[in-house]
Amino acid sequence: MSHVTPQSLAEAANRDLAAVLGRSTPLTPRDRLAIPAQEMPTQDPAVRRHNVQEVALGYTAEQARLESMRCLQCRNAPCVQGCPVRIDIPGFLKAAAQGDFLGACAVIKQNSLLPAVCGRVCPQETQCQEHCTVGKALKSVDKAVSVGRVERFVADLERDGGHARAPVVKPETGKSVAVIGTGPASITVAADVRREGHHVVMFEAFHKPGGVLVYGIPEFRLPKAIVQKEIDALTAMGVELKTNFVIGRTRKLKDLMGKDGFNAVFIGTGAGLPKFMNMEGENLVGVFSANEYLTRANLMKAYDSGRADTPIFRSGKVAVLGGGNVAMDAARTAIRLGASEVHVVYRRTEVEMPARIEEIAHAKEEGVIFHLLENAKRLIGDANGCVIAMECLRYELGEPDASGRRRPVEVKGSEFLREMDTVIVAIGNDSNPLIPRTTEGLKTSKWGNVIVDDTGKTSLEGVYAGGDIVLGAATVILAMGEGRRAAVAINHYLQKG
Amino acid sequence: MHRILTKQQLSADVYMMRLEAPHIARERLPGQFVILQLDNEFGERIPLTIADADPDEGSITIIFQAVGKTTHNLADKKVGDHVESVLGPLGEPTHISKFGTVVCVGGGIGVAPLHPIAKGMKAAGNKLIVIVGARNRDLVILEDQMRALADEFIVCTDDGSYGRKALVTEPLKEVCERVPKPDLAVAIGPPIMMKFCAEATRPFGVHTLVSLNTIMVDGTGMCGGCRVTVGGQTKFVCVDGPEFDGHQVDFDNMMQRLKSYRKHEDHAHHQCHLEAEIEARAGRPS
Repeated sequence: MSHVTPQSLAEAANRDLAAVLGRSTPLTPRDRLAIPAQEMPTQDPAVRRHNVQEVALGYTAEQARLESMRCLQCRNAPCVQGCPVRIDIPGFLKAAAQGDFLGACAVIKQNSLLPAVCGRVCPQETQCQEHCTVGKALKSVDKAVSVGRVERFVADLERDGGHARAPVVKPETGKSVAVIGTGPASITVAADVRREGHHVVMFEAFHKPGGVLVYGIPEFRLPKAIVQKEIDALTAMGVELKTNFVIGRTRKLKDLMGKDGFNAVFIGTGAGLPKFMNMEGENLVGVFSANEYLTRANLMKAYDSGRADTPIFRSGKVAVLGGGNVAMDAARTAIRLGASEVHVVYRRTEVEMPARIEEIAHAKEEGVIFHLLENAKRLIGDANGCVIAMECLRYELGEPDASGRRRPVEVKGSEFLREMDTVIVAIGNDSNPLIPRTTEGLKTSKWGNVIVDDTGKTSLEGVYAGGDIVLGAATVILAMGEGRRAAVAINHYLQKG
Repeated sequence: MHRILTKQQLSADVYMMRLEAPHIARERLPGQFVILQLDNEFGERIPLTIADADPDEGSITIIFQAVGKTTHNLADKKVGDHVESVLGPLGEPTHISKFGTVVCVGGGIGVAPLHPIAKGMKAAGNKLIVIVGARNRDLVILEDQMRALADEFIVCTDDGSYGRKALVTEPLKEVCERVPKPDLAVAIGPPIMMKFCAEATRPFGVHTLVSLNTIMVDGTGMCGGCRVTVGGQTKFVCVDGPEFDGHQVDFDNMMQRLKSYRKHEDHAHHQCHLEAEIEARAGRPS
C-alpha cells in the first residue's frame, strides 16, 4: 500500500467539500454515499519507524465535515446500539457536518468522558462502525462512516482550542470516595462521583497516573499529553491524587473505610498480571511479557536511551507471540527501538486476530512480518541462558470453539526452528491478585476477577468495582462504561446513607 | 516526596538512610521492600529492602550499596534532600512464629534485610544463631545490632581480616550437623551465597528461606520481569515473594536473568563515573 501524503488528502477534501457546499439542493442519501470515505492522514511509514510520535495525524476540519456528511442519519441509529456507552452518534455527526465541532463534542461528552482517548483506541470496526448502514451499503466495514476519527477531531479541537470546561461540581456533601487505580474506569468514576459533590481521592501504584493509558498504550498511538490533560481536568474539579500508593500494601482496602473514613471505595485496578505460555525456556534472558516491554518503553521512556535510566533489551530478531492490540503495540515498539526484524506469531489466521484492523495494517506498513497458523512450542537458550531460537509448530483451523472462532489445531510433527534473540509474550493478562489477596470477604471468580452485581457492587458493603478487574482484559470504552455504571450506584449509595 | 532524615556511610560503598515515609512505616513488616525512584521523568525504579522502620516518627531505614547509577546518585544525596518516589511496603512479609532454633545467615549487604527478620524471630521466642559474612572486615555491617539479638554469633570474612576465615556456608554446615539440628535457616545475601547456603542445608533437610532481589519495574505483579523458577513453577518475586524455599529456587536461571541488562548498566555506570570525574576535575582549582 502506497502512502498518501496528508497534504494530498487535505487538498482532495478541500475540493470535495467546496463542491458539496456549492450545491443548490440538499444531499440525498445517494449523494452522501458518493462522498469519498476520508482516509486518516498518517506519518510516512518509512519515517515513523524511527520515531515515537503519533502515527495518525488527525483529520483536517474539511475532512471531518465531509466524513460526517457521509452519515445517513438513520432513524434507528444502529451505530448507537454498537456503542458500549450509547453515544448519540448521528447527533454529533450532524453537528460536525455543519461545522459545529464544539457542539458535536458536547453531544459526545453527554455519554463519554474521554473522547480524545476513545477516538484513538476504540475498536470502532467491531462496535459502532460494524453496524453502520453506509458500510453495509458499500459492502465493507472499512467504508463505514469513520465515527472514531470524527470523534477524535472534535475532541482535539475542543482541548487544543482551550474550550474544554471543567464540569460543574455540586456543593460539598462531606462524603468521600476512594478510587483505586487511575485508568479509564477510575477516571470515569472519579469525575462522575466528584460532580455530585463528594470528595474523591484516587490512588495510583505507579509514579504517574493514567494506568494502561500511560504504561501500556504507546505514545505513537496515544500521546501521553492527552491523558495528562484528562487527569488535569480531574484535579481541576478538586479530585485528589495520591501516586506511589498501592492499596493492599501501603494501606489495606478495609482500612480505607474502617480507619480513614472513606464512605465508599471503587476498585479499578485493571488486569495487570501477565499470562505466560508455560512453555520450556520461558524464563530465559531475552523473554519478556508485553507489559514489561511496553512499560519500559512507554512509562519509563526507555526509547529515549540518552536520558532514561531504565534499560530496554537491545534486540536483533524479535518474536511477538499473540495477535491482539498489545501484540501489535509491542511489535511496533520493537521496530522503533531498532530491531532488525520483528515477527508476529499467531496460531490462528488474520481474520481471527483480536487486534484492530488499523493496527495490523500499520504494523505491516512498518515492516512487521506476520506468521499465521503458527505458535511457539519451546524456547531454546545458549550457555548463558539467553534465548537464541524458538521451536514452532504449524497449526490449522478446526471446528469452532466456545468463542465461535475456529479452534486452532496443531499439525503433528510440524516442528521447525526460528532464530530469535528476543521473545515477547503478548497473550493477555489475568486479574491482578494484590487486592483480592489482601481483602478478606471480597468475592472473586475462579479467574480472579472481582465479582459484581449489575450495578457494579462487590460482595462488600460500599465497595464497587469495574473495568478489567471485573471483565478480564477488555477495552478502554468498556472500562469507561463500567465506571459510569458503578458511579451511578456509588452516588445512589451515598445519597441513601 | 520523601525527605532524607539521616545518612550514614557503613562501609566504602554501603550507606544507611532514614527516609520520611509515614504510610510505609505504618504498614511494613519484616521481609518487605520498597521501590525507589529519584526522578519521575527519566529515573529508573529500583527495589531496596527495608532495614527498619519507626511508625511513630514516620520513617523507614534503607541500607544500600552504591553499585549502579541510581544508587550512586542516591548516595550523593544529603540530609534534608528528597527522594521523589518511594512505593511500598511490597512483597509478602516473612512468616514469623516460634520454630525453635533459627539460624540467620547474612552475606554482605544482605544483613540489612536480615536484621528485622532476626529481630522478629527472636521476639517470637526462637533461639537465634546468627552467621554474618563479608569479603573483608570493612564490609561487615550491623554487627553490633545482630550480636545483641543473637544467642550465638559467628562472623566470618573471605580474607580472614575479621572473625573466621571462611565462607558462611562452613559454619552453617556445622550448625546443621548439631543435634538437634536447627528448625529453620534464613539466608540473605548475594545470589551465589544463597545458592550455596541452600546446598549446605539441603542434605540435613533444614528448611531454608532465601530472599530474592531480582529485576523489577512496577513491583505489583504487572510486569513479570522479576519472575523466577521455583520448584519448576514460575513465581513473581514482587507479589509471591520475595522469600522462597531456597531448596526449590533455580538460582542459575535467576543469576542469568539478573545479568539481562549488564551491557547497558556497565555503560551507564561508566558514564556516571566519567561524569563524576569530569565534575571533580572541573571543580579542582588549577
